[in-house]
Amino acid sequence: MASKSTSDTSKQKHLVKSPSGIKGLDEITYGGFPRGRTALVCGGPGSGKTLLAMEFLIRGAVQYGEPGVFLSFEENLEELTQNVASIGFDLGKLIAEKKILVEYVYIERSEIEETGEYDLEALFIRIGYAVSQIGAKRIVLDTLEALFCTFQDDAILRAEIRRLFRKLKEMQLTAIVTAEQGSEGKLTRHGLEEYISDCVIELDNRLIQQISTRRLRIVKYRGTEHGANEYPFLIDHDGFFLMPSTSMELKHEVSEDRVSSGIQKLDLMLEGKGAYRGSTTLVSGTAGTGKTSVAASFVDAACRRGDKVLFFSFEESPSEILRNMCSIGVDLEQWMKAGLLTFSATRPSFFGLEKHLAYTLKLLSEFKPDAIVIDPISDLTSIGPQYEVRMMLERLIDYLKSNRISALLTSLIKSDDPGDRSVSISSLIDTWIMLREVESNGERNRALHVLKSRGMANSNQVRELIITNHGVDLIDVYLGPEGVMTGLARLQQESHDVSENELIQAEIRAIQVEMAAKRRAFETAISERRAILETDEVKMNLTIQQIRQRERFRKVNREHLSEPQTHEKPAPISDIRKGAQGK
Amino acid sequence: MRTSAPETWELRLYVAGTTPKSILALKNLTLLCETHLKGKYRIQVIDLMENPKLAAGDQIFAIPTLVRKLPEPIKKIIGDLSDTERVLVGLDVKRVAPEAA
Repeated sequence: MASKSTSDTSKQKHLVKSPSGIKGLDEITYGGFPRGRTALVCGGPGSGKTLLAMEFLIRGAVQYGEPGVFLSFEENLEELTQNVASIGFDLGKLIAEKKILVEYVYIERSEIEETGEYDLEALFIRIGYAVSQIGAKRIVLDTLEALFCTFQDDAILRAEIRRLFRKLKEMQLTAIVTAEQGSEGKLTRHGLEEYISDCVIELDNRLIQQISTRRLRIVKYRGTEHGANEYPFLIDHDGFFLMPSTSMELKHEVSEDRVSSGIQKLDLMLEGKGAYRGSTTLVSGTAGTGKTSVAASFVDAACRRGDKVLFFSFEESPSEILRNMCSIGVDLEQWMKAGLLTFSATRPSFFGLEKHLAYTLKLLSEFKPDAIVIDPISDLTSIGPQYEVRMMLERLIDYLKSNRISALLTSLIKSDDPGDRSVSISSLIDTWIMLREVESNGERNRALHVLKSRGMANSNQVRELIITNHGVDLIDVYLGPEGVMTGLARLQQESHDVSENELIQAEIRAIQVEMAAKRRAFETAISERRAILETDEVKMNLTIQQIRQRERFRKVNREHLSEPQTHEKPAPISDIRKGAQGK
Repeated sequence: MRTSAPETWELRLYVAGTTPKSILALKNLTLLCETHLKGKYRIQVIDLMENPKLAAGDQIFAIPTLVRKLPEPIKKIIGDLSDTERVLVGLDVKRVAPEAA
């Protein structure tokens, strides 16, 4: 069979896979379980083996049109139906629709005696019969190891199990076999992994600092690439949810779009436009420096744009946040009512780190926000070691970036000491805003500066953050001999500056008045002179005219004398006289 | 102590086709019954190749399997029944045998 298929489809040598439909699992297996082959799912008690297998079967039947047989050695139909109902599936209905068939193999050791040779043909017949009844394409054997407790003859059993897997392959069933975890690092108690070499998945439910975390790992997957890490997962009312893996490469598509921080003057410090959409902003500061208020402004601005925001709060309940932010004039309730803002308030210690991440990602994938706030991330350090918190945030930020979700994270720091800066996640952060307290003249005031902001020119100046009853605002700070001046000192400096400024203004005004007067005087003088000039011009023009007229008369007289005398025209003579008189 | 032995022993032998193991099991069983339960037994042979759905009813997973339906409680013996002693213990025949003798 194998030789034929490889010869004519050399191009399609890669493994064909059956998608499990389980969120996240198909991503790390690059497509699902190996089609027509058997995969082993092993893990300790309560690690979720049965549910994983069942979900694979049900989703196969519902989403991919592949009916499946569940061969159960441990739980009967009623128990299975109950368990599956807890993850939101109606097994009874699926059975009635002939999409799923549960074959319960009841083995009671005390009823059974062994004598001589035997084989498991009856089991194979039952499998074959069940498969043929619904035309199954998938099968689950949960847990095959029950057989090991039944039979005394280990050699027969092992030979039969080998034969069983061969049969399953012949029937071209995509199978999952579950197995109990062995002691001392062995994958399975009875070495089932020896028989299943195509795909082995290990589930784990670990307690770390009294908090349980479920993890999944692909131990091997022959003939295909697969994610190699341990992936945390959740089991809840929707079934499995596996964390989408950390992408190996940094190749997020970036946005040129800029989004406002909600504080106009803070945007101004970031080229006047705010941070990039999909970038991560960290607001760190000591207690009471206004981190949540800055976050609320960010939320308000985002909702105002019509963006959907998810607010993860680890310290305050939604109603506390709403009330407190209302007191500084930021009305977040309206956005909640508009469906743009959703809160998720949990105690950090309620889950383990991984579960927090899984839960967060689950919410993100459901709500699909444009922006999120986590207030504060530093609380996570209380439930896990620093490097794990960093890993978790790395994965989270990775997800956010690949989905272009803008994020604002707050972090409580203990002092202004740079060595203590938050969870050492600075390298993951695009824009880092530091808030700190400045104490001077018996006052404490808040100062803000942008520590870094990737991909833009950002202001290096320190601003004073003031929280008013109409929101958060920034004010330029004054540099005094003892550094930045805030609060009262700033006000004094400001008023001093104002009076000095007034003096200068007055001086300038005086000069301007004088200048205007001079110009006016000058212009008056000019117009007087011009009047005299114009009068003179009129007189002179008149004289010129007279001269010309006299000249004309002289010419006329001369012509008259040379002509024959008629004495009939006495008038010209008077003219001549007149002209002579004028001369 | 059981006071009255049942009238008949109802036995079912599950096989899958005519394999050497099945033939051997039936031969062993018949011999055993003839020796220890003569006239008091009934053997029903069920071939799962022909009736696969019957396997689930008695929860059969190995072949051959002998099921003692009566007397109750149900007992199962898997294998070719070559170890007569164990079969007799498994079927609780041992207890009956002295009475019959």
